[in-house]
Amino acid sequence: MNREAAAEQFIAALLDDDADELYERAPCGYLSTTPDGVIVKVNQTFLTMSGYTRDDLLGRYFTDLLTAGGKIYHETHYAPMLRMQGKAREIALDVVRADRQRIPVLVNAAVGYDESGEPRVIRTAVFDATERREYERELLRAKQRAEESEARARTLAKTLQQTLIPPTPPSVPGLDVATVYRAAGGGDEVGGDFYDVFQTDHRDWVVVIGDVSGKGVDAAVVTALARYTLRAAALRSPHPADALAMLNEVMIDHETDRYCTVAMLRLREGDGWTASVSAGGHPLPYLLRPGDAPREVGAPGSLIGLLPEARFGDVDVALLPGDALVLYTDGVTEARAGEEFYGAERLEAAILRYAGTAASLAHGVADEALTFQLGVPRDDIAVVVLRVPG
Amino acid sequence: MDVVGKYNISESGNPAGQPLLFAHGYGCDQNMWRLLVPRFEDQYRVVLFDYVGAGGSDLSAYDPVRYSSLDAYADDIVEIVEALDLRDVVLVAHSVSSTIGALATIKAPDRFAKLVMVGPSPRYVNDDGYVGGFEQEDIDELLESLESNYLGWSGAMAPVIMGNPERPELGQELTESFCRTDPDIARRFAEVTFRSDNRADLAKVPAPTLVIQCTNDVIAPVTVGEYVRDTIPDATMVLLTATGHCPHLSAPEETAEVIAGFLGRPVAAVR
Repeated sequence: MNREAAAEQFIAALLDDDADELYERAPCGYLSTTPDGVIVKVNQTFLTMSGYTRDDLLGRYFTDLLTAGGKIYHETHYAPMLRMQGKAREIALDVVRADRQRIPVLVNAAVGYDESGEPRVIRTAVFDATERREYERELLRAKQRAEESEARARTLAKTLQQTLIPPTPPSVPGLDVATVYRAAGGGDEVGGDFYDVFQTDHRDWVVVIGDVSGKGVDAAVVTALARYTLRAAALRSPHPADALAMLNEVMIDHETDRYCTVAMLRLREGDGWTASVSAGGHPLPYLLRPGDAPREVGAPGSLIGLLPEARFGDVDVALLPGDALVLYTDGVTEARAGEEFYGAERLEAAILRYAGTAASLAHGVADEALTFQLGVPRDDIAVVVLRVPG
Repeated sequence: MDVVGKYNISESGNPAGQPLLFAHGYGCDQNMWRLLVPRFEDQYRVVLFDYVGAGGSDLSAYDPVRYSSLDAYADDIVEIVEALDLRDVVLVAHSVSSTIGALATIKAPDRFAKLVMVGPSPRYVNDDGYVGGFEQEDIDELLESLESNYLGWSGAMAPVIMGNPERPELGQELTESFCRTDPDIARRFAEVTFRSDNRADLAKVPAPTLVIQCTNDVIAPVTVGEYVRDTIPDATMVLLTATGHCPHLSAPEETAEVIAGFLGRPVAAVR
């Protein structure tokens, strides 16, 4: 059928349909009420929909047709909105039919005013919304399920995160130790940073800090692998460089294509404390000696898990009373404000400024990096500080 | 957060006049008083506010645990009165606010001169020998009806309600979003409101009280208004010819006259 023919048919159909017929047989229910809500006019469609006769409805309140919950909604939301805005749209209500069955409806209403601007009539169109409401209920249920599973995912992430760092704040007898860990973002994802402090022998301790590339559950699996590989390796060799080399092999053999960076210390207490320091692709720890500027210590080495021919070394450092070692991940130095990085210079200044206890150093450095990026870390931040009292 | 921002407090009228503090009910915000307020501005210092969680209040101040009883809302009214150092206050409170207002006058009796309750109900759900008008299932039904009516809300309205300084044009939409609020908060407020039972508090209300009762109010039936009048030690009730639950919207003139009569001063004509 061409467009002209369709238009002609449409006009012909309209000619058959007088105004009364249009009103009575409209494809939606019509109700007119006084501003107070007393029904004064109703069309046949609504009578059919609701099962009432015209006599049943004329003179009754529109709210009489609603469920109790709908009545409250009508009085607290719908009626005020009509009064203040002169119209209301797509209000979901249930009409109680003459046979006490309920039909879900969507209601549009508009207020008609007299010459002085006072409300005179409320005209209401009522649409049967049975199927739509069922669909909406399903949507609501799906939304609730989505929210529940999101909450579960958050709990899972949190639990997983807790396995990546020691469950209690680590302590080494004779040393002042402090740690800070802040996962990136709002805490709904597992970060890639980790640290560990453990004892290998009577006067022999290991401190590890690291960063696995990426985030999420996949990264967490690799983080756990790295953490426990280093624990095992530390028992087989006293040299941190050997442990890093072993981790390199394990990660290359593992099917993951992730890599990581690690800084590892072997602490020995003999005639005072010494530390063997090795790093694989990780920022070297800072040594803060009272009266000196902070300086990096340790032997830099390759990224771990990338190439088979990686190289690692050890550097021994004697720790004097008052010395502090600051280990950190790049979440500190690469904290960004706009285009600017927090950077090593600010970090060194912060280390000097917060010198004192291990806790003041660890929290001072982490808080400054956080504040620098307005409190929401883009990357995980981990800081471990060891200090020889004195 | 300052108190003015927290409760979106707005003041008008005669700064030297007796303070007239309007407290909106469940489902809306201070906009509800729009038709009534001009009639009192000549003589009174008019103070409007939104409860935390409603209208233009600071939504970040909403704590579901704290606001799990009407007491917290009453504490907020006292906070407002004290922060603005209002004395000799006439509190005009609608619907559930009538109960909140009653609690506020009990908490800070020295601050309030009179209490006006518009459509009060100390308990909405029927109890042994007490007719509140609703059954427990009705309240569940209301909560469900809220859910279906807020279906399309969260995504579209959240940025507007939450405040979005980068998009000032949203402010316009906000004024058009009359009676809209965060659906989660609305649902919680509905639960707190319609599950409340403060019948025992009414006898402790220290302020002279006016109960304004509508004819055919499905939320607060006449018998409930009479119960409130009979339980508060110093209370009178006026039955309006107006119907429904919001006479300050549907019959502002009659409502204003009744309030003015209670305060002993004729009200200014509007228009």
